[in-house]
Amino acid sequence: MENFAYINAANVEQVPSLMSDDWSETKMIAGGTDLLGELKEYIETPKKVINLKSIPGLDEIKADASGLTIGALVTLADIAAHPTIQRHYTVLAEAAASVASPQIRNVGTLGGNLCQRPRCWYYRHPDIICLKKGGDTCYAVEGLNKYHAIFGGGPVYIVHPSDTAPALIALGATVKIVGPNGDRTMLLEDFFILPDVNPQRENVLEPNEVVTEVHLPQPKAHTKSTYVKVRERGSFDFALVSVAAAFEMNGGTCHKANVVLGGVAPIPWRSKEAEAALNGKGITAAVAKQAGEAAVANAEPMTDNGYKVPLTRNIINRAAMTLVH
Amino acid sequence: MASWGEAKDSRLIGKRVSRLSGTDKVTGKAKYTFDINRPGMLYGYILRSPVAHATITGIDLSEAEALPGVKAAIPLIEPGKRVRFEGQEIAAVAAITPDIAEDAVRLIQFDYDELDYVVDVESAKEEGAPQIRDDWKSNQSEPRVDERGDIEAGFAEAAVEVEATYHAPVQTHVCLETHGHVAEWDQDNLTVWASTQAVFGTRQNLARHFELPENQVRVITEHMGGGFGSKFGPGVEGVTAAKLARKAGAPVKLMLTRKDEHLVAGNRPSMTQQVRAGATQDGRFIAYDMSGYGTGGIGSGAGFTGPYVYHVPNHRTKKSAVAINAGSARAMRAPGHPQGAFAMDSLMDELAERLNLDPLEFRRLNSDSDARRNRIRQAEYTLGAQEIGWHRRNRVPGSGTGVKKRGIGMGCGLWGGGGGAGTQARVTIHASGAVEAVTGTQDIGTGIRTVIAMIVAEELGLRPQDITVKIGDTEPGLASRGSGGSQTIGSVAPVIKTAAMAAKRKLFGHIAPLVEADPGDLRAAGDKIYAQSDLRLSIPWKEATGYLGMETISEGGEWDENLRIGDVAGVQFAEVEIDTETGLVQVIKIVAVQDCGLVVNRLTTESQINGAVVMGLGYALLEERIMDDQTGKMINPNLEDYKVPGTMEIPEIVSIAYDTDRKITGIGEPPTIPTAGAIANAVYNAIGVRIRELPITPDKILNALG
Ligand SMILES: Cc1cc2nc3c(=O)[nH]c(=O)nc-3n(C[C@@H](O)[C@@H](O)[C@H](O)COP(=O)(O)OP(=O)(O)OC[C@H]3O[C@@H](n4cnc5c(N)ncnc54)[C@H](O)[C@@H]3O)c2cc1C
Ligand code: SF4
Repeated sequence: MENFAYINAANVEQVPSLMSDDWSETKMIAGGTDLLGELKEYIETPKKVINLKSIPGLDEIKADASGLTIGALVTLADIAAHPTIQRHYTVLAEAAASVASPQIRNVGTLGGNLCQRPRCWYYRHPDIICLKKGGDTCYAVEGLNKYHAIFGGGPVYIVHPSDTAPALIALGATVKIVGPNGDRTMLLEDFFILPDVNPQRENVLEPNEVVTEVHLPQPKAHTKSTYVKVRERGSFDFALVSVAAAFEMNGGTCHKANVVLGGVAPIPWRSKEAEAALNGKGITAAVAKQAGEAAVANAEPMTDNGYKVPLTRNIINRAAMTLVH
Repeated sequence: MASWGEAKDSRLIGKRVSRLSGTDKVTGKAKYTFDINRPGMLYGYILRSPVAHATITGIDLSEAEALPGVKAAIPLIEPGKRVRFEGQEIAAVAAITPDIAEDAVRLIQFDYDELDYVVDVESAKEEGAPQIRDDWKSNQSEPRVDERGDIEAGFAEAAVEVEATYHAPVQTHVCLETHGHVAEWDQDNLTVWASTQAVFGTRQNLARHFELPENQVRVITEHMGGGFGSKFGPGVEGVTAAKLARKAGAPVKLMLTRKDEHLVAGNRPSMTQQVRAGATQDGRFIAYDMSGYGTGGIGSGAGFTGPYVYHVPNHRTKKSAVAINAGSARAMRAPGHPQGAFAMDSLMDELAERLNLDPLEFRRLNSDSDARRNRIRQAEYTLGAQEIGWHRRNRVPGSGTGVKKRGIGMGCGLWGGGGGAGTQARVTIHASGAVEAVTGTQDIGTGIRTVIAMIVAEELGLRPQDITVKIGDTEPGLASRGSGGSQTIGSVAPVIKTAAMAAKRKLFGHIAPLVEADPGDLRAAGDKIYAQSDLRLSIPWKEATGYLGMETISEGGEWDENLRIGDVAGVQFAEVEIDTETGLVQVIKIVAVQDCGLVVNRLTTESQINGAVVMGLGYALLEERIMDDQTGKMINPNLEDYKVPGTMEIPEIVSIAYDTDRKITGIGEPPTIPTAGAIANAVYNAIGVRIRELPITPDKILNALG
């Protein structure tokens, strides 16, 4: 990697001033499990790396009447092991537990998980400058796209790699961002952006903005949730496809379904079609199946990723059936 | 004539003995090449071609040389020459830290004219494809044709036929310890710590390269983190380390990166074969017509076995290699066999199904033409079938109900592994009672160090930990062959055994007159020497060796043909569970029945089988070098997208050592051969759709299930 200056941030407010407004100049580091790979492969060559771990208080999970607030520095291992999260926000605990390996979960943070960069193998190759890196070609289009998007692609076709993001969106999470002009809070769902908005970024962050916390509203009564992730290698792997499902139940009827997919689109992908097929229905095998089918009706597979269509269909079905049994 | 004696008389041989170096390894005390640090040592780093095919027009090292901390920089290719694959060596530097070395490499200016490349095997075969090898007429080698019997008559006799195409990808070795060396010069004497499977081979290679007499080069490999066939010589990186060290006048450590490892350090060639085969109504495999090729990158060899294991009287095979712009193949754990076995065992199942025969019965009818091997294999079939519960398999493939479907399949393999002459060894007994066994072999992780100690200890009536084993060093000058081809134990054990016997004879001869016994009446056991005919005459080992006074006994050994055997047979059974909604294959259980000859250390034998099965499982389900046409690059040169099995993938492995012979043989390679075929057949048995292409990943299963 290139040399850089390493600066410990003292507090959140200081971070925007330490950051450049040019993406290539400065990088924030939390657990470093993603950033280090990028530095070593010369995908990022910042002049300065700003350490967030030196900021006190960002590694706490706080519960109050409004719900749960999770600091950006909370590790994935802590999220997976948190009793309240396991009980009331099951999908998040399951998603966090499914990330990578125990070693990475012990240091990887929630903020880093949400802001991590794509895993596309063209992007990660040091000698390939694709569209995402400022080049003019998305090599996945004509090339090897087994792991790429079936929804929302163009002009780049990455899939968003985060496991926690679909889970948090399914739970209605908001995210707090601190920038040079103070802070802003938005639905996590609105945090992520499609490549036609900006092919080089995955979210709304400006170079000098930092994610400080995620807030989960108090779960509605009778909400049940689960995360189903399919990976080629069980020991550690990103999702081929995953589904975060959170259902507000009313007796045997699904009052409101939240179905958010991972591994299928450049952003965590809310399947409005699946939700429509579930909302207001008693969840039977037939309804679950219809939800899966509705979800993939508009899929646009590439040359090598057609398998993601039945896979998405089947695991939506599976997630729905898990929640009612 | 030397023999290993009867099982009932063995105290150690055949028992489970923990590795002597085990504690050192788990505590980090064991020093691998990576861990060697010499005073004033520098770090080497290699500049590699970023492109698949180009003519180098100029290399300018001056900026790199000017970087503070850089002590040497050398070109590794002459301008005007071609690089023919991504990763090929261009230049190298040595610097005082690894980071400076890497920075310096990025300062090397080099110019090249890019040439058209081809990394796809099918395109490489086409006319007009960029020519890769100067010594071939096209990118496809002259096919080797082999014909036996009468192929047309065979097909005429066949009642059923199968036609199929099978494919296996390029697999890389993924040695846990990457290739590398620490090189140090003392005037014209070169010492190299090497992660190698052949200390003597490496010495010879370096001696030739630097035009030195062999005794001025010393190669040391105390502990080694896996080679699997890819580490038989210094390679470009070893020679480079020595060149840099000489130029800088300081020791240099140069270890490959994980990416280098995938790109340049060898691989198992791919295999694509089209086969037409026939069997008679009464279940005889009668005709086999196969045409196939593989790619060994820029290398020349891509052979694979076929026909294999099973006897077919009429066959015709046509095999060739296809060159592409990618790193060269090297020997890899049972070269040519796993790919051949996967295709052959898939084919056997397909034929059996056409005949409506149990695939095991069909195999029984057509196994090895070699009588001994056939006898062993038939017994292995019975043992394995019983352990896996063969009767539980689906009579109708895919007929299981439910989302998760189970299936059972089997596969076979064979291997040589008998070892050979050429190892020199000495067993030394000191007056203090200390015993040393010295030979020039190396422990590449298989446990030969412990086996040597066990053999000497058995002979001298001591415990394995009483024996000091000195291996992995050319300095004593006791040559041994490289550790490859599963030949180590068959080459080393007989020599150690006869050396220990000779040393014991000498010791008995020395002390017999002193204790007034007949040397032929003396025995060694339980840390004592005693007389067989009069058990009252019993002397503790150390007291007995004390009689040596100023003398030391040091005896060499002879390789003895009668102590070893080759040509082993292996059979494996796999049970898998397939999630038909996700396409995931979980291997539930593998039963590996392996002809092992005489088992010396049951524990390390089982470790070899376990490791081989895991490697075979990776080949079946996960591993694949993926080349990108648009860029000429390997697109997964890491351990994220090149997927090797982790703990969650590893099933229950039941290894059954079939050890009826009292002669030694090597089994490092054979148990990796049958695994992929057994898993592929189990997958078919589970879902009723055949996947003829490895690795069997969820996308393939889902596409096949439709
Ligand atoms: C082998 C391997 C397997 C993996 N498998 C998975 C997987 O299965 N699922 C999965 O979801 N992830 C996986 N990951 C990605 C893993 O890096 C993340 O899950 C982890 O949570 C990142 O957290 P971190 O704190 O280490 O991030 P860092 O590496 O510190 O940061 C990641 C990125 O986010 C930015 N960033 C960090 N914190 C903030 C913040 N508070 N505000 C703004 N920007 C910030 C950094 O600048 C950087 O660009 C894997 C990674 C590896 C190496
Ligand atoms: S999908 Fe994105 S990251 Fe991958 S090649 Fe295309 S532009 Fe680059």
